[in-house]
Amino acid sequence: MSRLPITKTPKVYVGGAFIRSESARVFPLADAAGHFFANVPQCTRKDLRNAVEAAAKAGPGWARRTAYNRGQILYRLGEMLEARREELIGTLVHFGAKKSAAAKDVDVSTDRLIYYAGWADKYEQVLGNVNPVASPHFNFTVTEPMGVIGVLAPNTPPLLGLVSLIAPAIVSGNTVVALASEKFPYPAILLGEMLATSDLPGGVVNLLTGFRQELVPTFATHTHLRAIVGVANAEERRQLKLGAAESIKRTHLQKAEDAIDWFAATAQSLYAIRDTLEFKTTWHPIGA
Amino acid sequence: MPTLAPEKKSTRSGRPAPELIFGDLWEFDPAPETANPKLKSRYDLFINGEFVAPKSGKYFDTINPANESKLAEIALGGAADVDAAYQAAQRAFNTTWGRMPGRERAKYLYRIARLLQDRAREFAVAETMDGGKPIKEARDFDVPMTAAHFFYHAGWADKLDYVAPGRRVAPLGVVGQVIPWNFPLLMCAWKLAPALAMGNCVVLKPAETTSITALKLAEIFQDAGLPPGVVNFVTGAGATGAAVMNHPIPAKIAFTGSTEVGKIILRSLAGTEKKMTLELGGKAANIVFDDAPIDQAVEGIVNGIFFNQGHVCCAGSRLLVHEPVADQVIAKLKQRIKVLRVGDPLDKNTDIGAINSQEQLAKITALVAIGVKEGAELFQPACRLPARGYYFRPTIFSGVSMSHRIAREEIFGPVLSILTFRTVDEAVEKANNTAYGLSAGVWTDKGSRILKMSTELKAGVVWANTYNKFDPTSPFGGYKESGFGREGGRQGLLDYCQLA
Repeated sequence: MSRLPITKTPKVYVGGAFIRSESARVFPLADAAGHFFANVPQCTRKDLRNAVEAAAKAGPGWARRTAYNRGQILYRLGEMLEARREELIGTLVHFGAKKSAAAKDVDVSTDRLIYYAGWADKYEQVLGNVNPVASPHFNFTVTEPMGVIGVLAPNTPPLLGLVSLIAPAIVSGNTVVALASEKFPYPAILLGEMLATSDLPGGVVNLLTGFRQELVPTFATHTHLRAIVGVANAEERRQLKLGAAESIKRTHLQKAEDAIDWFAATAQSLYAIRDTLEFKTTWHPIGA
Repeated sequence: MPTLAPEKKSTRSGRPAPELIFGDLWEFDPAPETANPKLKSRYDLFINGEFVAPKSGKYFDTINPANESKLAEIALGGAADVDAAYQAAQRAFNTTWGRMPGRERAKYLYRIARLLQDRAREFAVAETMDGGKPIKEARDFDVPMTAAHFFYHAGWADKLDYVAPGRRVAPLGVVGQVIPWNFPLLMCAWKLAPALAMGNCVVLKPAETTSITALKLAEIFQDAGLPPGVVNFVTGAGATGAAVMNHPIPAKIAFTGSTEVGKIILRSLAGTEKKMTLELGGKAANIVFDDAPIDQAVEGIVNGIFFNQGHVCCAGSRLLVHEPVADQVIAKLKQRIKVLRVGDPLDKNTDIGAINSQEQLAKITALVAIGVKEGAELFQPACRLPARGYYFRPTIFSGVSMSHRIAREEIFGPVLSILTFRTVDEAVEKANNTAYGLSAGVWTDKGSRILKMSTELKAGVVWANTYNKFDPTSPFGGYKESGFGREGGRQGLLDYCQLA
């Protein structure tokens, strides 16, 4: 008799732990052939608020890490992806991707992490500067992370879309609450497992699975989210900006209706890091 | 001769604390600034390089808040005027300004800076008459800083490849801008100079009560030969501003004003793809530690809250003072504000001029009454105020707690709320416990503490052992509900371009 394989229960990675939705709701996930694959957590507004709380708690410690240390941790996350490359490709294929496209999604995602890892101790040198004010003051502008960032991942590419949005936010010391691809959530479940083994402190990245329609309104209005980045359709953008107005939240939204080339060289950028930074200018008199 | 005050409390050394009381012994003679502001009796809209009457034919009065006399009539711009201004701006972007090499744009901005320097005194007097600020501030700060902003940004126009390393930048196109009444001319420069350097064209609405210096600046644009339509001024009140914000042409809206209005703008533009820069309100903490140079700190506190009658978004309106020195700082502060000269803004000796409008005076008066009602202890010097005009005594509240409205709401007037703290952590907690995050001040002799405070304070500008310093090279802007985007410096330029 053949051996029955052990199936894995998909859980979302929040606050450094693997959890089910507090609501106990799940939705069934089918593979490309339409066969039942697993039940995935259908996260709620409450899960989102809990995740924001976890992210807020992790924020100060993560921001205080040295830039060198954050760079190494992002690099190690890249190592984790590389090590589980075949599994990730297999998963993407299982859900309908062509083998070559799946390999590209995984490889570019890994390279993207390495790209941002390298920026950790350099972006400040490019974005900040000393200002030559016309008075006897020493005046300098440096960047700071904004705090907790909401990330809305596109449906596709399921892994690269998510990684491309998370990495530039956390490299500077922000923490993230991300909503994974609604259509292909499973790669985000796997990414959570890699985050857990990459020395990233718990709560720095919190991944939710579920339905955008249920969660976007809370992303829009939660006042502890200092910025929203990601991909949204016209109605979601309107809703997010309306909600953002209440706490002057920053929004950097790409249009879901546009063909976004996540594989292009411009899809990774210093300016994606800049989107979740604040600039602070300090003055001090010069004198004896 | 000044007299020594009667002996009060002894200091630690056993000697009385000496205090010079000038009283009324020395009356200052009036020292009015007499340069001619060269005002017109009526100001039209500035559209497509020309002064034109508003389509409605309507005008409103602008008054001198120092004496409530009428200065001029200002055109009331409507939606049709705003549309004409945007069409002119779009045309200028398509045909002249947007195609011009950066080195040529630069020359126009340099010219504007130079022509303004030529007419500096005239502009300073006009600014003081229209807005109420002391002439010494208009003369020594507003006007020279305006010229400096144009001069600084001029030099960027042909060096834009250095603004965003690794990427090419391109102008956004046409930009709509709405500015406040506290620094009417300077805010024009903060908004216009980076936008123009980057190659954008602009429709700008000055504040309802302070339109004159913007329209005088338009005269300089004509003298400089700035191509028609590159900058258009549409004057009016809130409805005009809404038309500027909601017109379909602008790719970006830049606004400086209250957080309340900023939120309305964000909501009204939620369904659009317009880019935005918002520079909104503040409730800055000015934090004084026990090792601070106290006399310098007191000067900094006074400058922080009474500069421009406190009509400053980054005003140091919350004084957080270390408990061991609280009594000393408050005593010195009271002594200092007793000799502030409140009155005629055109007098060169005036420290605190007129409140910008009757409406603002009523708002300040109401919030101060609330402060008294909530139990804070009020102190105002017994200075004489002019019989006519809008004036408010420099005011300090001690015994304020974090929940008091005067500790949470932006008063935008010469009113200081004093709170105390015991530890560094408590100072940081109190300073950051506000929805705002525009600026902060720190006074201490300890370098490592300055750097720690500067890191911990959630504010876009931190002044250490100084306050209310500005420079075109120095980015300015807020965290949290104080808005987003920066103005000034390399960082500010990036908010007026798109990355190619």
